[in-house]
Formats: sequence, structure tokens, C-alpha cells
Amino acid sequence: MIVELGHFALVLALAVALLQMVVPMIGAQRRDPALMAVAAPAAVAQFVLIGIAFAALMHAFLTSDFSVALVMKNSHTAKPLIYKIAGVWGNHEGSMVLWVLILSLYGALVALFGGNLPDGLRARVLSVQALIGVAFLGFILFTSNPFIRLDPAPIEGNGLNPILQDPALAFHPPFLYAGYVGLSMAFSFAIAALIEGRVDASWARWVRPWTLAAWVPLTVGIAMGSWWAYYTLGWGGFWFWDPVENASLMPWLVATALLHSAIVAEKRGVLKSWTILLAIFAFSLSLVGTFLVRSGVLTSVHAFAVDPSRGIAILCILVFFIGGALTLYGWRAPVLKAEGLFAPLSREGALVMNNLLLAAAAAAVFIGTLYPLFLDAIGGPKITVGAPFFNMTFVPLMIPLFCLVPIGPLLKWKRSDLVAASERLMGAGVAVIIVIIAVLAFHSRGPWLAALGMGLATWLIAGAFFEVAWRIGLFSGNIRESFRRALRLPRASWGMALAHGGLGIAVAGIVGTTAWRQELVTALKVGDSAELAGYTLTLEKVGMRNGPNYEALVGVIRVTREGREVAVMLPEKRSFPVERQEKTEAAIRTTGFSDLYIVIGDENGQGGWTLRAYYNNLAPWIWAGGMIMAAGGIVSLTDRRYRIGAPNRARSRLAAQPAE
Amino acid sequence: MRVLVISLLMLVFAGAAYAVDPGEQLKDPVLEGRAREISKELRCLVCQNQSIDDSNADLAKDLRRIVRERIVAGDTDQQVLDYIVARYGDFVLLKPPFEPATWLLWFGPFLALLVGAGIAWSVIRRGREGVAPALNAEEKARLEKLLDRSE
Repeated sequence: MIVELGHFALVLALAVALLQMVVPMIGAQRRDPALMAVAAPAAVAQFVLIGIAFAALMHAFLTSDFSVALVMKNSHTAKPLIYKIAGVWGNHEGSMVLWVLILSLYGALVALFGGNLPDGLRARVLSVQALIGVAFLGFILFTSNPFIRLDPAPIEGNGLNPILQDPALAFHPPFLYAGYVGLSMAFSFAIAALIEGRVDASWARWVRPWTLAAWVPLTVGIAMGSWWAYYTLGWGGFWFWDPVENASLMPWLVATALLHSAIVAEKRGVLKSWTILLAIFAFSLSLVGTFLVRSGVLTSVHAFAVDPSRGIAILCILVFFIGGALTLYGWRAPVLKAEGLFAPLSREGALVMNNLLLAAAAAAVFIGTLYPLFLDAIGGPKITVGAPFFNMTFVPLMIPLFCLVPIGPLLKWKRSDLVAASERLMGAGVAVIIVIIAVLAFHSRGPWLAALGMGLATWLIAGAFFEVAWRIGLFSGNIRESFRRALRLPRASWGMALAHGGLGIAVAGIVGTTAWRQELVTALKVGDSAELAGYTLTLEKVGMRNGPNYEALVGVIRVTREGREVAVMLPEKRSFPVERQEKTEAAIRTTGFSDLYIVIGDENGQGGWTLRAYYNNLAPWIWAGGMIMAAGGIVSLTDRRYRIGAPNRARSRLAAQPAE
Repeated sequence: MRVLVISLLMLVFAGAAYAVDPGEQLKDPVLEGRAREISKELRCLVCQNQSIDDSNADLAKDLRRIVRERIVAGDTDQQVLDYIVARYGDFVLLKPPFEPATWLLWFGPFLALLVGAGIAWSVIRRGREGVAPALNAEEKARLEKLLDRSE
């Protein structure tokens, strides 16, 4: 009954979305307030209805209702509660319901908190948002219905893939989706602006918080995914340039560019049509990501042909939205005229460089990810594009970008001189030189590129610090005055400093773990020891442990350093009888500056157990940096300028310094 | 989303052993180091974008063994790669070869950068020549109103 109610709610949501798509748009064109007023309640109703459908599905998973085909395929009574919950989106159909749930949530938020938007813009934004909703609700109902019943109902389900039974991974998809789908807001704003033929400073100011609201969970989602890969896949890496990872990185890169170009559009009235284009691309790449992952085209073009209905449906949605948006852009963008002067050496000039490099980096990832498919589709040779390609194309684009990050915020709008900026960055420059010398001294044999990498990371971190220090006059000697200024500094400025500094911390982590990872691959008999990075690892014993729905082989490894016990580490290898799969659980001991990472393997037939251990320098910084970046986004989001809404010229002039 | 694909991949090589078993390693650390470096350039054919150094699939294991055999037999790094490409095709290389079919791939990112730089340059040049924008009638009226109000 509840299941049917959910199904019905989803159908009704489609009907409401159709209404929300058509009526407010007509109202906005005719300037009819009554028709435009339909948008907000419809958006809220759509969210409530999809919420009911989602809750019904959740209920089916929680009660292990195996009469629902989806639950039977993806759940099991013995599964812990958290994975019954996560099981809802741990499959194609359920994840699409989550997708539209988040989509409608953003729509409802605009309806509820978008009171300061002009009526016409709000009606059009919600109408475009509903158009996306219609496409995906239709997709779910016609090709991926999660509510299909089984008769007779089986007694037990198939269980969830053990790989997905992991706390970080359980909540990785909701974050990623909140980011992907959140970019639909920027897209809807862009389309609405194109239809209106008007982009002004206030438009850019409205788009930024919505983009930021998508960027934050996307950052968290990517960091979570990378962290999960690090500790689960059992080979200690953190980023594999896997097409699925790339699918999330591309929208992130473009969204990051969009955040920065929207500042220029807001403050200087230039780059408007470019900002619109970025908003279109950011969401388009989210759709491409959805297509790549959902269609099966990634594994092979031929796999796509095996079950084409879903893939083709998403491809049609993709072509419709991207093609439609770009056509509209080509038609309407010339209407958006740029205003104002533009000097290369200025804040806006630096932000253009940021956009150029981020867009080229996104292009590199896009080309690298899709080129094998493209060649295969046109009958060319089969090739693989792996990490070496991205290291040779993506990384060279990031280095100049990172060099520019601390400089940009110190340049003035309109026209700036490098001398003043470089004086403010003197402190950061000194820090860079000290770090490079220190690294070279400590790792005299080590790769010299690593010293430069650490220098770059220092440049980012110290640059963020000295930028804030300069703004609050930290070195002027008057601490009380600095404190007062710090309190008055806009939240967006703090957010920017956090995000840029967090980037530096992540870069330090990436460089550190790549350059100085130490590895030990050995087979130990119980009682034997091996050395790694100054630690002695002794295999004390190997035993078995019963988990809720698995059996685990546990290695007990005593870790000592100079004779003193540091830790006892317990790497596991879990076997899931229901799913008939195995999964490793690495034991990780972190000091905050490095990780000791141990994985246990099979018995080698001579009484020895295979052990792989890594000493990963600075590895925790990668994700800490990502989280600090996301925190910066949240801080920036709380800036009062966004709550005020429409820009008030007098007030924005008073607000000390332009933010970010 | 990546989750699902990775989980599919894991299905392919269900069972979790690890890359490079201790038994596979060469005694000579220099040769072993070379083998590891070469392994990072080779794709495990049944996995997705994973190098044979990272993968635990049987095929990756076989390839790792072949790499080490060739090294012990005295091949140079390039000869080892050529040997494996001759058997498995370019598909096995994680770094695609530079040939007409991949020109677009290798030049693409930098082409994108150049095109972008060209557009940026034209924007900047136009901006330099540009003059302060004229207000349209509506904006003028608004400005007047604002000025009136502030007085």
C-alpha cells in the first residue's frame, strides 16, 4: 500500500512539474502575476510529493519489503540499518529518485527563500527547474521505476554490494548529487536570464550563493569519494583518473570557474555572457557525468548497446538540455552587452586567467575521459587514457593557476600594479623559500620537483594568510584595531582565505604522499617482523571475527618504534556470504602528518601472510584540505550580502573591500 | 555514481588479493624498481583504468610476471613495453601513443587553452578600447530618481 502511494506520489509530482513548467513561463511572458504565482506553491508541492515517494521507498528498504523488486535486488534482512538506508540510493532506480528529490529541494528553496528575486526571474527560474524535473521524473517512471512489485515475493533479498557497505560511501552519493543537481540552479538562472535578455549585477549576485550551495557538497562528495578509495580499494592511492572520478571532477572545475567569473560579472559588469556559458556548462557536465555513469557506456561502447533504453533516454535528455541551452545562448547572448573597461593587470584580469586555466583543465579531463569512446565510436583504434596523460596535461595547467591564486585577491579592480601586490606577498615569498630549502635539506636525495611542489603549497597557504593579515593590518602593530577589522571583514573574504588555504593544504598532501610514500610488500609468518619508515611491524597473530553480515580475517600487528609500542593495528579481510564477495579493510593509523596503512592478504601456502604496508607522508592533508575548502564555501555562504539580496550600491561601497 | 561503476569493477575481480605479491618480486631492487615503473604504464585489461601495478586481477598478475621475465632477460624498458604492446595492442598502454589518431587527444587541452586565451585577449582588447557605457533611457530615469531621493 505504502509502495503504491509512493508510486502515485511520483506520478503526481510529474503532473505538478508539468504545471510548474508551463504556467509560470506563460505568466512571465505576459507579465501576469496570477500565473507567475503558481510557480512557488507548485515547486513546494513537487518537493513534498517526491519526498513522499522517497519516504515510501525508504520504508520498503527499512522493512525489507522483498515484494518490491528493487529491495529484493539490493537489500537483505541481515544488513545493518545504516546500509538499509544507504541501500535506497545504492542502485540505479533509487539513486535517480534521490536525484529528483534534491532537484525539487533546490526548487522549493528558491520558492521559499527567493522572495527577494524579481517575480519574473523567479517564475522563469522555477519553470526551467521544473522542465529538468519533468525530464527526469519521466525518465524514472518510464524506464527506471523503483516501485515495481514481485509476485510471489521472495523470502530474502540479494543484499547490497559489500563495497557499498561503508560509512563514508553510504553518504557519498547524497553529497555528490547535492552538488551535481545543485548546479541545475545556476543553469536555470542562466536560461531564465537568456530568456529575459538581461544580466545585471544583481543577477550575478543571486547566482553566486546557489552555485556555492552546490559547490560545497560537490567538494565534500569528491573528497569523501577520494578518501573512501584511499582506505578501501587497498592500494593506498587517492585519485585514479578513473572516468567515474573524472565525471565528478569536470563539473567541479567548471563550477569553481563559475564562482569566480560571477564575481567579475557582479562587480564589474563584464564577462556576463561567459558566466552564463559557464553556468550552462557546469550543469551540462553534471548531466554528462550522469549519462556516463548511468548508461554503462564507460565500460564499453558495446555495453551501452546491450541495454540501450536507459542510456538512450539519458542521452536524449542530455542532447535536449545542452543543445537547447547552447542554441538559446547563441541566439540571445549577443543581447548581453559588456560594460566597463578591462585592463589585463587587475583583479578581473587575474580572474579571467583563473577561468581560462580552469576551463582548459576541464577540457583536458573531458577530452581524456571521452577520447577512447570517441575513437571507438568512429571505428578507430582502441586506446586507453590513464593517469600519465592527465599528469602531462592537467597538472601543467594547475601549476600556473596555483601560482596566481594568492596574487589575484591582492590586485585592485580596474587597474592594479604588481609592485604593491608583490610587497604584500613578500612574507609568503619568504615562507616559500624557507620551505623549499628545508625540504631540500631533509630530503637531499628526494625528488627535487617535490621541493617545488611543497613550495607551491606553501605559497597557497601563506598567500591566504598574508592576504587576510594585510586586510586586517595585522603587522601594523595595533592588535586591537586588527581585531576590530577582523570582525568587520566580510565573511566572503574569510571564506576565500579558507578555500585558498585549504587548497594549499590539499596540494601539500598530494605532493607529500606522492613524493615520499614508502611501501613494504612482504609475507610474514606469525611472530615475524618487518621494517617500514622507522616502524617495526610484528605479526602477532591471525584470527577470525564475526561481523553482522560478514566474517573477517583479522591480522593483529604490533607496531613499535625504537622498541616502544606505538599501536596495535588490525587490518581485516571480510567475506560476505550473502553477496559472495570479499573486501579489504585497511588498518590506518594517522598522526595527522602521516598515515601508516596496512592491508592483510592471503596465506601464501608456506605459513606466511601477505602484508602490504605504506607510510603515506601528509596523506591526511589531502582530505583535510578539501574539507577546509568546503568550510570556506560555507563561511562565504553566510555573508550578509547574500541575505540582503538585491545589491544596494551605497551599502556595497561601504562593505570595506570587495570580497573574493 | 562512481560507486556503482567501481562496484561493478569489483565484481569483475571478486575476491580481494593485492597487487604485487611478495612472491612475484625480483631479488635485485634496481630491476624490481624498473618493473614497478613499467607496471604503472600498463593497463590491466579487464579492469578500468587501473594499472597492473594496482590491480589484483589474474591477468594483471600474468602481465607483471611477463614484465619481470623480460627485464631479467635483459630487455630495456622500451623493449618490455613494445613486447607487451605487440601482444595486447595499444589498448594496454595507459599513456596512449602519439600518432595521427591521438593528435587531437594530446593537443586538445592545449588547443582549448589557446582558443580560450585568444578569446580572453580579444575581450581585454575590446575592453581597453571600450568607453564608459551609455545609459539607456530607463536607467537614466532611475538614476535621476535615485539622485532626487538622496538629496
